[in-house]
Amino acid sequence: MKVLVPVKRVIDYNVKVRVKADQTGVDLANVKMSMNPFDEISVEEAVRLKEKGKATEVIAVSIGPQQASETIRTALAMGADRGILVKTDGDVEPLAVAKILKAIVEAEQPGLVILGKQAIDDDSNQTGQMLAALLGWPQGTFAHKLELGDTSAQIEREIDGGLQTVEVKLPAIMTVDLRLNEPRYASLPNIMKAKKKPIDEKSPADYGVDVTPRLKVIKVSEPPKRQAGVKVKTVAELLDKLKNEAGVI
Amino acid sequence: MASLVIAEHDNKNLKDATAKTVAAAAQVSTPVHVLVAGSDAGAVAEAAAKLAGVEKVILADDPLYAKLVAEPMEKLILSLAGNYDAILAPATTNGKNFMPRVAAKLDVPQISEILAVENANTFRRPIYAGNAIATVEAAPGKKVITVRTTTFKPVDATGSATIEKIASAGDPGISKFVGEELSKSERPELTSAKIVISGGRGMQSGDNFHMLDKIADKLHAAVGASRAAVDAGFVPNDYQVGQTGKVVAPDLYIAVGISGAIQHLAGMKDSKVIAAINKDEEAPIFQVADYGLVADLFKAVPEMEEELTKLGY
Repeated sequence: MKVLVPVKRVIDYNVKVRVKADQTGVDLANVKMSMNPFDEISVEEAVRLKEKGKATEVIAVSIGPQQASETIRTALAMGADRGILVKTDGDVEPLAVAKILKAIVEAEQPGLVILGKQAIDDDSNQTGQMLAALLGWPQGTFAHKLELGDTSAQIEREIDGGLQTVEVKLPAIMTVDLRLNEPRYASLPNIMKAKKKPIDEKSPADYGVDVTPRLKVIKVSEPPKRQAGVKVKTVAELLDKLKNEAGVI
Repeated sequence: MASLVIAEHDNKNLKDATAKTVAAAAQVSTPVHVLVAGSDAGAVAEAAAKLAGVEKVILADDPLYAKLVAEPMEKLILSLAGNYDAILAPATTNGKNFMPRVAAKLDVPQISEILAVENANTFRRPIYAGNAIATVEAAPGKKVITVRTTTFKPVDATGSATIEKIASAGDPGISKFVGEELSKSERPELTSAKIVISGGRGMQSGDNFHMLDKIADKLHAAVGASRAAVDAGFVPNDYQVGQTGKVVAPDLYIAVGISGAIQHLAGMKDSKVIAAINKDEEAPIFQVADYGLVADLFKAVPEMEEELTKLGY
């Protein structure tokens, strides 16, 4: 079974995000970019499936600018076999991403597509579910554990209040949560090997998908800031303030 | 035309998140209808019928909907979608699971986790873990929206809507619910509690969280944790407050032994009042706390329990 792993190039999760003064977006100039952390978990899971002999080939796909090929290289260094870069300029919304991925799925025929549950830039949490709907496939979102069978998979999911297990027929979509696995660091030899792995370059037009954004971003602003309050000296003083000043207990 | 709100419930009780989503829906398009998909969920439909501003409750009562599994939910919501220009659900793990499927099938973008409705087409939503707020405008036409419920006030239970029963829309037959393990607790849920007390890495062990349990019992609070405490294995992941966990906005948030990483602040900085106890006076949590106590939590927390007892809690 082939496994398809979409990966997104996003601002590194350690970078403090700054809103541009003209409110058109956040400042990405000279900022460190990395693979979306949830996608690293997807790649790791796919590579583990290959190591266990359950997957035959792991294909990493990225939709983004030319530099997204570096994100694909990271996936290849972790153990993916080949890459597909769908080159675009500007933001591509989850629905357009899902449409491109649908076309790739139809061409590649994977048994499982593993995606991060959300990207840490737009925080949409949509692409996997949208892809599943467009394909008419079932989904296991926010996955905590995967048991892959021949014709179905059991996926344990992180839900509000605990964990839930669903059984989905294959082919299926899985979106991953943080605790599914701990992604590996690529070793130097594997990074070198990854340079020789093939990456196919495509464009959205190759798949007949219009990526024009459907939502217009009017502005991007700073969230309201909280001011530091006062320091109290004792527990009794803290409780007194909470009870008599703030009135919250 | 009208908006449709997908109810959040456990087949017995209607969750507060629904009343908050109705409040958002009323600002997008009226009248507001509520879909209760569930199993033996008559009581939920009755509770939904009491929400102010709701004109009609649609009850799809079938074992198929007991756990709101995404694929049958998609089919059910799509069967009703033609009558509405906005479909909204709370941004719970249920809403996040099935709503993008509905949007994709309707060929419209989903607007995720809105914080505010500016007008029927324009919404504010958090990006970059709440470090920036985007104002986005959708084209006129059908909208699929999930609602971050912490920023909307629930509507009152003063309404009297009619309840219409509909049949199951059928099972696509590609997925099924197998089982669940829910954290058992007598305390309020994290996302709806008025008071939350959370522990961080400073708690040092899972056993030490029992100190927080005792305070929580006195204050009728929920217990949460930072990602560091979850990663260290002190408590399960559903305790997690933060960018990668739950977003909470209680009247009072008490952070104990939590340094205040950006990822944690993203999940609690909209709380009305924040109190922090940390032995490191340089901890970033103090930059957002209304009341800070620099102290060893292993002394301060038991003392807090004693003081609360003295005060009659």
